[in-house]
Amino acid sequence: MADAQSVLHSRPEVIYQVSTAGIGVVQRPLSLGQRLANQGALRKSLVLAILALIWEGYARWLGNDLLFPTFSATVVAFWHAIASGELPAATWFSMTILFQGYAAGLLLAGLLTAFASATRIGADLLEVLTAMFNPLPSIALLPLAMIWFGLGTGGIVFVLIHAVLWSVALNTHSGFRGVSPTWRMVGQNYGLSNIGYVIRILIPGAFPSILTGLKIGWAFAWRTLIAAELVFGANSGGGGLGWFIFQSKNSLEIPSVFAGLLTVILLGLFVENVIFLTAEKMTIRRWGMQH
Amino acid sequence: MSDGVAPLLAVKGVTLQYQTRDHLVTATYRVSFDIYRSDRYVILGPSGCGKSTLLKAVGGFIRPVEGEIRLNDTVITKPGPDRVLVFQEFDQLLPWKTVKQNVAFALTASGKMGGREAEQRALHYINMVGLSKFADNHPHTLSGGMKQRVAIARGMAMEPEILLMDEPFAALDALTRAKMQEELLQLWEDTKFTVLFVTHSITEAVRVGNRILLLSAHPGQVKGEINSNGTDDIGPDGKPLSERIEHLLFEQNIGERSASHG
Repeated sequence: MADAQSVLHSRPEVIYQVSTAGIGVVQRPLSLGQRLANQGALRKSLVLAILALIWEGYARWLGNDLLFPTFSATVVAFWHAIASGELPAATWFSMTILFQGYAAGLLLAGLLTAFASATRIGADLLEVLTAMFNPLPSIALLPLAMIWFGLGTGGIVFVLIHAVLWSVALNTHSGFRGVSPTWRMVGQNYGLSNIGYVIRILIPGAFPSILTGLKIGWAFAWRTLIAAELVFGANSGGGGLGWFIFQSKNSLEIPSVFAGLLTVILLGLFVENVIFLTAEKMTIRRWGMQH
Repeated sequence: MSDGVAPLLAVKGVTLQYQTRDHLVTATYRVSFDIYRSDRYVILGPSGCGKSTLLKAVGGFIRPVEGEIRLNDTVITKPGPDRVLVFQEFDQLLPWKTVKQNVAFALTASGKMGGREAEQRALHYINMVGLSKFADNHPHTLSGGMKQRVAIARGMAMEPEILLMDEPFAALDALTRAKMQEELLQLWEDTKFTVLFVTHSITEAVRVGNRILLLSAHPGQVKGEINSNGTDDIGPDGKPLSERIEHLLFEQNIGERSASHG
């Protein structure tokens, strides 16, 4: 005891009165500038505007409309192509094929994942198939698809399915595997049937991965489609965006080539930043599964 | 007290084993005990004595390799909504559902009642745990203690034969934990539900339980059953109950005592 007293330095106790009076700001709303800076859409638009400005500046400095048209010339060509109805028709044509391929790919991915989740041999099958086909560029299958399915949309839909199927199935499957064991037990505890269990526990639980799969599948499908149209041109019933770009290049209307590319880019931006972002905000962000 | 009254849950000579990657582990060996209606029955033991495994066996998630578990004289073979588990993990709430939907989901998933009726009952039990204001919040916006309250409300809304709680307060801070123990006892006063509560904290066992099953360390074997009135009274041997329990649990292996206390 005496030892402890000699080691420890003795001090009197102190008690303070706490008040918020002198602090100033405890909590206040952000200023307009701060709130605007927090808008992701606004920041991204600014990035786009700067890129357009750089494009315009470089093209003017280069001064070669055949190699690299200016941004303004591209916008004019874009506008004319829309007004003539040529670009909207091409876009619509591409979109319908894309949706056919995407939807069929999702359906097959759903079936394959269901089989993989239900049985062990199904899981083996999925893993082997994905390892084999996921690295294989879809476009490499196009010559074969043309022989098998002819020059119509059938061949393109086939390669689109190949582009979508593996990434969606792989992500969904790994998402299912990652569903927390506690959620699984909760589902079993409340006596959910097999289908109810999949719909009410597995799919929402794996939703972050499923959404990633959908996004990757979409991007793969989009690229594959444009490439397929570029290489193989028009098939029955008209041409898509790829064909529009190819045709414009053939007639040396380079601003129109850029207008076609711009359309591809704009559609990509729209799907990523409007459709998928809205889906994310309504689901996994609201649920706190993504921040 | 129990003479002539049939137990609600009868555990008879239950041996539980589970497999890890390269071992077969015996979690509990020939454990027997009876739980009567409205019991606050606590399973107490050091970490790794198989108490959680035992609780999961009562839940129907694990089959005993020896012995049997009967609820109302029917052998338990699979999970079911008459035995609801409350877990230690905060992620037992489904993040894609609001507080109200989480509770109502349990009622509709089990086919107990339809949507509107389920919502009514969900709100009633959410009110009982004092979270009415947060009924439309998603779980990630709640604190740990509030999440556990929702999980308890969800379990109680099912009005199961027995509520199974697997260290439900272990992940909470000490202040919140003490508060939650009080609230649990208050809820029990109101509805007199039967609860099987697993913990490794002697203080919690003495506070929450009216009967405490003591399990030895790995593999779990029954060391005794103790009554408690929640106040840690001084017994005939002049020691408080908690000290007596500590002595019973650790008398043979004083050397391990500090390690088991973590």
